[in-house]
Formats: sequence, C-alpha cells, structure tokens
Amino acid sequence: MNRYKEIFFHWLFVVLGFSALAFLLAITLLIFKEALPIFKHTPFWAFISGQFWYPTYEPPDFGILPLILASFLVTLGAVVVAAPLGIGTALYLTELAGRRQRAFLKPLLEILAGVPSVVYGFFGMVVLAPFFQKAFQLPTGLCALTASLTLGIMSIPFICSLVEDALSVVPRMFREASLALGANHWQTLTRVVIPAAGSGISTAVILGISRSIGETMTVLMVAGGAAVIPKSFLQPVRPMTATIAAEMAEAPFGSAHYHALFGIAAVLFVLTLIFNVLAEAVCQRFRQKLGSKL
Amino acid sequence: MENKPSVRLQTIQVSFFYGEKKVLHNISLDIYQNSVTAIIGPSGCGKSTFIRLLNRMNDLIPGSRLQGTIMLDGQDIYQPQVNVVELRRKVGMVFQKPNPFPKSIFENVAYGPVVKGTRDRLLLQNIVEQSLRKSALWEEVKDRLYENALTLSGGQQQRLCIARCLAVEPEVILFDEPCASLDPIATQRIEELITELKKEYTIVIVTHNMQQAARVSDYTAFFWLGELVEFGRTEKIFTVPENKRTEEYLAGKFG
Repeated sequence: MNRYKEIFFHWLFVVLGFSALAFLLAITLLIFKEALPIFKHTPFWAFISGQFWYPTYEPPDFGILPLILASFLVTLGAVVVAAPLGIGTALYLTELAGRRQRAFLKPLLEILAGVPSVVYGFFGMVVLAPFFQKAFQLPTGLCALTASLTLGIMSIPFICSLVEDALSVVPRMFREASLALGANHWQTLTRVVIPAAGSGISTAVILGISRSIGETMTVLMVAGGAAVIPKSFLQPVRPMTATIAAEMAEAPFGSAHYHALFGIAAVLFVLTLIFNVLAEAVCQRFRQKLGSKL
Repeated sequence: MENKPSVRLQTIQVSFFYGEKKVLHNISLDIYQNSVTAIIGPSGCGKSTFIRLLNRMNDLIPGSRLQGTIMLDGQDIYQPQVNVVELRRKVGMVFQKPNPFPKSIFENVAYGPVVKGTRDRLLLQNIVEQSLRKSALWEEVKDRLYENALTLSGGQQQRLCIARCLAVEPEVILFDEPCASLDPIATQRIEELITELKKEYTIVIVTHNMQQAARVSDYTAFFWLGELVEFGRTEKIFTVPENKRTEEYLAGKFG
C-alpha cells in the first residue's frame, strides 16, 4: 500500500513539475502560430523595420519600428532611473543601515514591490504627467519621460532585492580580509564587495530591463500612445505591450491586424528571452569566478 | 638564557560579551616581542574571539562589548582616538580559511599597499616580490602573477594570504587557526614559515592542534570556557603544567 502511495506522489509531482513547461510550450506555440500569417501579408523584415503603424487604414500599414523604439526608449529611461536607485538602496541596506533602519526600510520596499502596476499608472497620470507638462510646456504630459520615470520607480524594489541577494552571497571573509589589511569601509565596499558581486548586480539590471520591456499597464496609461518614431523623451510614444493591450479588443478575430498583434507579441517574446538568457549567462560566469573552492 | 624579551601586546583583565553572554573572563596575558605565542584550548573556548580582539576585528559584531584594556606598546587600542585602520596595519591577521580575493595574485598582495595609497607601479612590484619571497611562494607563482588567485591550491592560497598580510608591513601577525583547512604537507610549510617570520615579527597563533603549538611556539596560553587557565613557556606548559585542567587537556582527556 505504502509503495503505491509513494509511486503515486512521485508521479503527481513529476506532472506538476512539468506543467509549467507545458504551459510555456503552449503559449509559445500559440503566439508563433497566430503570428505567422502576418508575415505572409507583410514580410518579417518590413514588419520590424516599417516606420508606419496604421493597422486600420485601407490598405493597412504594419510597421512596428516605432513601437519597438518606444519600448526601448521607455525601458532605457526606466533603467537609468531604477538602476542607480535600486543599487544604491541595496548598498545602503546591506552595508550601511543599522538594524533599526533596515527593519523600517525593508518592509517599505516590499510594499512598494506589491503595489499593483495600475496604481503606479495612476500616480504617473495624476502627479508626474501634469508636472512635466507644466515644467516643459508640453501639449501633453503623457510621454516617454513620464513612462520611464513611473516604470523606473516601479522597478526599484525589484532591482534592489536582486542586488541585495548578490551582495549577501559575497563571503564575509572577503570583507574581513580587506578590513584586516587596513582598508576602510568604503575601500572594502568599492574594491572588494562590489567587484565580487559585479555579475550579480549586472544580472539584476538585465532582469530589470527584461521586466520593464514586458510591463504593460503603466505604459498603456502614461506613455501617451502615439505610434510614431520617437525623437525625444518628451513625445508621446506607444510601446509594444501597450499596443497589444489597447488594440486586441478591437482587432477582428483572424484579421491581418489580429495577426500583426501576435507578431508584436512574438517579437517581444524573443526580446525578453534574449535578456533572460543573457542574465543567466552573466550569472553563470559569476558563480565560476567565485569558484567552487569557496 | 632567561633574558626577558619586551612585552609587545598586553591584555589586562579583558572580558568580552556577545549581548548578555560573557564569552571571555578577565584575561590578562602578555605577548612578547619576536616570539610565537600559541593559544590552545577546546573548540568554543574563546580562542578565536580573543585573538580577534587584538586587531579589533570584533568591532563589526553588533551587540558585542569589551571590558578591560588591551595595550599595544603601552597604548590602549580601544581608546576612541585610536585609528582602527592604522592599528590593523600594525597588527595583521591571517584567517582560518584561506581567503584570497577573486583577483589576480599580484592584486591580492598589492591590495594593502594600494589601499594605503601606494600607486608607484615599480614600488608595488617590489613589495609584491619581497612579500611573496618571505612567504616562500615566489618561486611557485613568479610566472603567473596575473592569474586569478583562486587557481592556487589551498596551501598556496594560505601562503598568499600571509604574503598579502606581510605586504602591509605589520609588526604583529595574528594567525587564527591558519592550518585548519590544510593537508599535513601544506601545514608543515606554514609552520616552517611561522618559525622563520618570528625573527622579524611578533606572532600570535590560535590552534586546536596541540602538536602544532608545541612545535612552533615559545609561549603557550591554555584557554578553557573563556578563561585563561595557564600561560607560560611552551616547554614548561607541555612538560610540567601547573594546572590539573591543562594537564588533562594535553593528555587528551577532554577537548
């Protein structure tokens, strides 16, 4: 009886374990199957390098370059905001903050991480957008800058907690060795701890990028939504995710527009995959560098 | 023969607390110039805690507290005006586990001088070579100074750590169980090195290996449950200990 129970549980967990893989496969297949027809309409190269996105015109134009550039622009801005703040916060928490400050800050960051993205969107719309509109005399405050900043703030806790992990796996004996050699706290931090955690910190930033590119609700709300090639941070833009979210409901099932949106999803999928593989590769190097001897 | 060498380090009635827990009780100990002082005792007796007080490595432990005085050349090293960085340059430390930085061999040895502000490349090269020669590692690594230090064997890593420590030109060197993770041959090399270094430096070594203490040290302090049970010339401690506890420990009755 016991033996059967064991076999049963063994296979139960095998099935559960592989279900994630099954979902991933199903989603991937679906995206690429639904994306393929658009490339009969617009060849792949024309699709990703086309400058005009007019899906409802007659004849329609399916060029997603403006959307790709918008995604990159907003993400770049978000990383510029989130990387220094996230890394700085992590350094403060692990290296400088006393127990009391940490006990106070850590839960705050967790709350920040738990705020739904739609709430960040509200914040961007109601606070940041009017501010930038006034400050830069813009026709609308809903622009790449607002989206970057909102996304950036959103990414801080994510990057921070990954960097904290990277710093905490730096063995204590490195710090002690450095201090014992007459280095001060700051030298120990910049010459030993941060280099040893370097790849982990890079991984955190890459994963932050990957996550920002995929973020939808915030950019839908605050990026402004104009599908034109962005020339500055102060223009309204339309990132890939926002395009899909905004247009999916109105694209007739099976139409070229419908397939084009799946085409965007496929591009997005490949991009995030690249970033995640990159992060994994950097992380791997990190483990090798610190060596198995430790 | 009995010309008393001068006292370099002195602890006077030192007690140490982790929070409420008292882990060292009124330790008074003199450490003599150009000699090797071994600190022996069973695990958890406070040997490592004690040696880490001598270069203020325990400062980093939150909630810890020191009572009593520790003097280096007659100066209380726990006075607020004492520069800890300066102190640690004078009192170097080699740790239990070899802990080279994940940098090149050269960068490891040059680390101390570089953080002190030495930038002259030629001078650094000189310091690195001298230090590696003193730690008997030079011949083995002179052709691979720019390789990652983690490619060295455990014993070589420990000698690298000794070289790294020597590069700062300390006067006292603290060894915290330096051979705990090494094989017998590597251990023998470190012991020979310690005997060699004694000519120039004052050495304190924590060890749980009694034979090691007998081989390398001039003075031995026996710690038990955070107390200094007996201290004296090594020959005397190992042949005619005064305290029954010391005798029993050395005879292997506990520990």
